[in-house]
Amino acid sequence: MSNILAIAHKELKGYFASPIGYIVVGFAAILFGQFFLGLLYFFDRSQLQAGSGFQGPQAVNVNEMLIGPLFLNVSVILLFILPLVTMRIYAEEKRSGTIELLLTAPLTDMQIVMGKFIGALILYAAMLGISVIHIGFLFTVGNPEWRPIATGYLGMLLMGGAFLSFGLFISSLTKNQIVAGVITFAVLLMFWIINWTASFAGTTTQAVLNYLSITGHLDDFTKGIVDTTHLVYYVSFIAFSLFLTVRSVDSERWRG
Amino acid sequence: MIEVQHLTKRYGPTTAVDDVSFSVERGEILGFLGPNGAGKTTTMRVLTGYMPPSEGKAIVAGYDVMEQPIEAKRRTGYLPETPPLYPDMTIREYLTFVARIKGVARAQRKARIDSLMERTRIVDLAHRQCGKLSKGYRQRVGLAQAMMQNPEVLILDEPTAGLDPKQIIETRQLIKDLGGDHTVILSTHILPEVSQTCHRVVIINKGRVVAVDTPDNLTARVGGSETMFVQVDAGGADVKTTLQAIPGVTHVTGGDTPGTVASFEVNSETGRDVRRDLAATIVRQGWGLLEMRPLRMSLEEIFLHLTTEEAAHE
Repeated sequence: MSNILAIAHKELKGYFASPIGYIVVGFAAILFGQFFLGLLYFFDRSQLQAGSGFQGPQAVNVNEMLIGPLFLNVSVILLFILPLVTMRIYAEEKRSGTIELLLTAPLTDMQIVMGKFIGALILYAAMLGISVIHIGFLFTVGNPEWRPIATGYLGMLLMGGAFLSFGLFISSLTKNQIVAGVITFAVLLMFWIINWTASFAGTTTQAVLNYLSITGHLDDFTKGIVDTTHLVYYVSFIAFSLFLTVRSVDSERWRG
Repeated sequence: MIEVQHLTKRYGPTTAVDDVSFSVERGEILGFLGPNGAGKTTTMRVLTGYMPPSEGKAIVAGYDVMEQPIEAKRRTGYLPETPPLYPDMTIREYLTFVARIKGVARAQRKARIDSLMERTRIVDLAHRQCGKLSKGYRQRVGLAQAMMQNPEVLILDEPTAGLDPKQIIETRQLIKDLGGDHTVILSTHILPEVSQTCHRVVIINKGRVVAVDTPDNLTARVGGSETMFVQVDAGGADVKTTLQAIPGVTHVTGGDTPGTVASFEVNSETGRDVRRDLAATIVRQGWGLLEMRPLRMSLEEIFLHLTTEEAAHE
């Protein structure tokens, strides 16, 4: 465990020793703010309309109309940002030769992979943590429910974890950061839009495609529902990616 | 301490290391000598557990590097050809990270890092970023990294490459001091380095071991005949013929320089010591014997001899 933490600590330090950590967190903050502002205007107008009685007596819900969509919007920018975080993880170690230090130190491949994953996850959590300011602000002016917010964050953490674990795997395959970044982005995008064609397919295919969609599993979390189907999807996605990463690092040794 | 048995490593169709066997005793400094691409780095990478062998096995500090890699790695320090430094970390941050992953107890970390920085003379640069260091300093930080957990076995891949002459001498001295407590394998293609620092030499060429011996024995073994260097002040007399007449002398060369002082190389039969006769003859003639010393075949010559011999076999 202390070995995993040592690696995670080093990774995290690495993000903030170079500009990458600041750029990722900084731009995420700007984008969060922009999304939040847009949704807030939209919510404000809907509230006015509801109040004027055009759409009946239906009350507008801040969780459903503002916080839920905010999470879903943020999930889109993760698709662009997280491959930039993971593309350097292994590629950089291979390029600078520091991989020799890690592979000849008394560490298992599993410890190295877990350490790197946890390091990236903490950076992502810090990035996500910025949105606490926006949502916290709503508590001062309104009365949102905290439970759907908590499950929403859980869902975001799981989905981001899935993105990161997959990016880590791709990074372990190549020495080239750009290649790692592009492949990660392309495949994650594939997983994101995989269910777009679902409506044209047969029922079974439709079910499978919908299940594979990486963002489709987030909806229920933002509504306050923790469905084991979704939990299993994300956790097994992460576990499988990390397993592939360990195998890939191991096979690298054999291939030389 | 280190046991290498029938080690073979193939990269696809090419065989980098071919059936290499040797062993190193505790406290010994072993030189690994060979031209570039001979398989030195590959052998070292197998010994450190960086990559598995295709065939054969390696036992380091009593642990098979394939069966019990963690135990073997705990007892091995490794300096790769390019020191594995993180450019964004300062030297102290880097060494602290290394101490953590190598399992140095928290309470001892600071003292250990301080003493290593002292030993490798990098104390003044503790807060300098590794990416901004010169080659010589990178090498020293790499060496401090390798010695971190005070390992029984040290494997150093070209530890003096890229250093200036002063640094080379310092590093060689450091390695010599390590022998005794530590078992050291160092690779190099600089021959004098081997005769200066190593107890034994493994000469490797095209993935095969060509010779394993002490530097002295190698010199004697390949020498064949013995050669003496003689400088005589004979006032222009015909020294060459006189020396050739001494029993046991097979061949005399030199003496071509103008003036009264002439230098000769005297070859004699193997195992026959002609030094006494040589000196007596020169003195009896009334000449001045200015210098007389044995000429041994240098490691360079041995190396070329052995590696070309290998090529001739194929």
